Amino acid sequence: MSRGSKDYAGRSVVIIAMVVVVALVYIGRLAHLQLFSDEYERSADRNAQYKKTIYPERGLIYDRHGEVLAYNSVYYDLMVTPREMKGLDTLSFCRQLNITREDFDKRMKALRNRRLNPGYSSYTPQLFLSQLSVEQCAPLQEQLFNYPGFSLQRRSLRSYSRQVAAHALGYVGEVNRKDLENDAYYVAGDYSGRSGVERMYEKQLRGEKGYELYLRDVHGRIKGSYANGNRDLSPVSGKDLTLSLDADLQAYAEQLMQNKRGAVVAIEPSSGEILCYVSAPSYQPSLLVGNQSSANYKELGNSPYKIFLNRPIQSFYPPGSTFKPLQGLILLQEGIINEHSRYACQNGYAFAGMKLGCHSHESPMALAPAISTSCNAYFAAAYRAMVDDEKYASPQASMAVWRNHVTSFGFGSRLGVDLAYEQPGFIPDADFYDKRYGKRGWKGATIISNSIGQGEILATPLQIANFCATIANRGWYYTPHMVKAIEGDQIDEKYTTRHRVSVDSIHFEPIIQGMRGAVTASYGTSRGVAIPGIEVCGKTGTAQNAGVDHSIFMCFAPKDNPQIAMLVFIENGGFGATWAVPMASLLLEQYLNGEIAPNRRWMETRLLNANLMEVELEQE
Amino acid sequence: MILLYLVLVCWGWMTIYSASYNYEESVSIFDMAIVSGKQFLWMMISFAMAAVIMLLDVRWYQNAANSIYILILLLLLFTIAVAPDVKGSRSWLFIGPFSLQPAEFAKFATSLALAKYISKNGFDLKHSKRDYWAFCIILIPAMLIIMQKEMGSALVYFALFLVLFREGLTPWILGAAFSAILIFIVAIRFGEIALWQASDLGSFLSLLFICLLLWVWFALSNHREKQMHIVLALLLTVPLALALLCQIFWIPFNLAYVLLGELLAALLYIFFTALKRQMKSIGAIIVSIVLAVSFLYATDFLFEEVLQPHQQMRTKVLLGMIDDPNNAGYNVNQAKISIGSGGFMGKGYLNGTQTKLKYVPEQDTDFIFCTIGEEFGFMGSTLLIAIYVYFIVRLILLAERQRHRFSRVYGYCVASVFFFHVLINLGMVLGIMPVIGIPLPFFSYGGSSLLGFTILLFIFLRMDADRLRFSV
Repeated sequence: MSRGSKDYAGRSVVIIAMVVVVALVYIGRLAHLQLFSDEYERSADRNAQYKKTIYPERGLIYDRHGEVLAYNSVYYDLMVTPREMKGLDTLSFCRQLNITREDFDKRMKALRNRRLNPGYSSYTPQLFLSQLSVEQCAPLQEQLFNYPGFSLQRRSLRSYSRQVAAHALGYVGEVNRKDLENDAYYVAGDYSGRSGVERMYEKQLRGEKGYELYLRDVHGRIKGSYANGNRDLSPVSGKDLTLSLDADLQAYAEQLMQNKRGAVVAIEPSSGEILCYVSAPSYQPSLLVGNQSSANYKELGNSPYKIFLNRPIQSFYPPGSTFKPLQGLILLQEGIINEHSRYACQNGYAFAGMKLGCHSHESPMALAPAISTSCNAYFAAAYRAMVDDEKYASPQASMAVWRNHVTSFGFGSRLGVDLAYEQPGFIPDADFYDKRYGKRGWKGATIISNSIGQGEILATPLQIANFCATIANRGWYYTPHMVKAIEGDQIDEKYTTRHRVSVDSIHFEPIIQGMRGAVTASYGTSRGVAIPGIEVCGKTGTAQNAGVDHSIFMCFAPKDNPQIAMLVFIENGGFGATWAVPMASLLLEQYLNGEIAPNRRWMETRLLNANLMEVELEQE
Repeated sequence: MILLYLVLVCWGWMTIYSASYNYEESVSIFDMAIVSGKQFLWMMISFAMAAVIMLLDVRWYQNAANSIYILILLLLLFTIAVAPDVKGSRSWLFIGPFSLQPAEFAKFATSLALAKYISKNGFDLKHSKRDYWAFCIILIPAMLIIMQKEMGSALVYFALFLVLFREGLTPWILGAAFSAILIFIVAIRFGEIALWQASDLGSFLSLLFICLLLWVWFALSNHREKQMHIVLALLLTVPLALALLCQIFWIPFNLAYVLLGELLAALLYIFFTALKRQMKSIGAIIVSIVLAVSFLYATDFLFEEVLQPHQQMRTKVLLGMIDDPNNAGYNVNQAKISIGSGGFMGKGYLNGTQTKLKYVPEQDTDFIFCTIGEEFGFMGSTLLIAIYVYFIVRLILLAERQRHRFSRVYGYCVASVFFFHVLINLGMVLGIMPVIGIPLPFFSYGGSSLLGFTILLFIFLRMDADRLRFSV
């Protein structure tokens, strides 16, 4: 063997050791990548899977008789995945879509703007053009393979069989940034219920999205389905809702309310179901669907009549004389008066050098006629007697008792109706007056306005309607609700739980007598509501405000075994009897008889022709 | 050994088929329209070449070594002159329908020349300065290949230093190279990170490393000077500790100066004590440390000026300084994803999604290992690494049993070249080495490389078959 001066054979071991160490390091690295980290596996799926979302059908909405109110029609959204647009023939694409090149650039810029489109990613389909009709889409669909990066997304949008109940139904619109943050279900460009029932029952209506998985290569080209479609998920359609609304009554009420501002709420007392829900002025629900929706939304929102104000639950006023029956009930329950107690009225009630005015009527009167003729003096005197009664330690204590009774009827807090954005109204408490007048600074006379539903009391039309239903039930109510049934589901327990008020049933009889008297007696304030053959009970009210009074009328019928309780509220409608009372009369007749008697058609014509839209606005 | 070769080549061939396999239309593995068909043709050529090599006499290789070497060098020069620009490199020769990369054949030629030079009588790196000509044999083809703009292939020639190491090259050179790489990486990686406001972490860590190096080296080469060790250790640690305290409680200042001062003091101390006591081999230490410090301060310059922008980018991505999965880091990131998605057992042959759908660029050449990782999982990948290890270790053992130095050196050349290829290629795909485009032997598609590796290997097998008969 020929060798140099020294043999370095031992170094072969060093070299072999290097090889083995490197191999071990690499195997360790492999183990790290393949065994201990599933991050790469997920990235691989993200890489190669194209998840095509399949949108479910939104649940349909029916009225109480099964007539469909809201259903779905098919539209297409044109989506673009910016990453995959390479090689797009923009000019031909623009020609196909009939848009200009500038338009194209503007849209691309807008969807890349993260402020306008917070969910932007160049890897996922972004909304390019929304809500193309089937007809618009057909020619595009054939050519779509020529336009890399673009795809059509089938969407179903709301259609309405009758243009009614906009405020009750609410509308469906694109989700906003907050929704995206709060609910992982949504991705940018999705739709969800924005108001009304659509919003409150979003979870039931929306169903569950499904998806189809495809394999795509690095250029985004689809290379067949993933795992032969075994891992696809079918969408689950939304659940259908049956509303308690009566579509015919609703349509008629909206017709009568045309050119007026206000609210109509009708409740079935025995169930708390809302039969009619009008916020006037209203709009056609289909205006907020389709690619003109945002322009329409803006226009409606700019209206001086506050079209989007959901008046039955969002406006609140002093309930005026409609509050008197409640005062009567409390006074009876507290034993301040009995049904035979009489109070004198000399065109009003004089106290502490002031006078609360009243109209001329016979005097003194008992409770029922006082309600029928809406005597201010009666309730002022009795209420003052209660606040100052020595059986309560103080006006504060008396006030607390009074307030407990009032709130047991659902006043002063949100009733919990299944419509979005309900307002609570306001019922003052002792603290409120302590703050305003000081602890010893007030007594019955100070807060006398409360007796007749003025002063600091505020109530929503829905609360007054619910109060009327409570009277009709002689002391209990179900929380008013719009949805009667959900397909394959139960309605919320709170709508099937009976609420008893703090006033005993027996005390309701004189009150109901009074409300019946208002319709029948010569001195009654609501004679105009009378319908031949139906025992209607009613109570007018006037909500004072800076301009012309708002007129309020609540009623229920028939007197025994009542089927409907109703509240009609007309902004700047003046005295209740002028507009609110005849309107209620027609609506009751329509609901209970199914038609308007020919000899009462003149009332209908008079109401339809009345235009009260500008009354207050003109004065301003 | 031939069996091992056949296993690797066939597995490689199947993998190339898989890497180019298309979901939509499946074509035969022999179809000439796809790379696996072409690879099959190259396999046949390689097998024929292997047979020819086995028929030739061993002596012939030894005699022809220099001629082949010169011939290849000329071919490389020729290639630079005439080759068209293909993706920025001028390394391809087109002859009719075939394209050849002469660089692949320079490996065996260089190995033969090196083996012949070293096997001369009296070759000894330790004593004969003349024998450093061996370096030139390695570096000339490397330079030519760099001129073809094929950095990766050129780097392979540094693998041959491993052979020189086996034949007596001082380990200090390997140590110095390793230290230089470490200093380079640390200085670049942490260069932009501030340490207590005033110092930069990169220089601090590098200088700390150099201090440690100085102390260990001194301790190793002068292990009897116990007293000096202690003085040195104190010299290097005490001022640093004080400076650190100063940093934390008073004013921040650049710690690098403290360390530099310490180093200077330590070197002066060693120098003067050595003068007094007439100690040996101190010069090398002092020179090396000064060089190391200069190198440290030259890294920025090297990085910014010598490396090309894409290489700077790749280095930064590798070191985790920037995260750019779409551009510079795309290849490696996709490679990691596809390997990572293989899991323990893999997705099955032809069932990989990432490689089938062409997420990994260069998946049938440099990144072919991704297909293995994805389709055969941890089991398959580990098996492949094990086969390579067995293959390389076997080559080394075969080399060791050669009676003649020529065969042994050549055997080591073969082993080192294979080792370096596997080391760099897998390191790159696994994301622990920078992206350097060199093929995985027998797996990456490419006729030249397959043929080149085959020739490289079979010449050695021919020598091994003759080891008993063959003598000087």
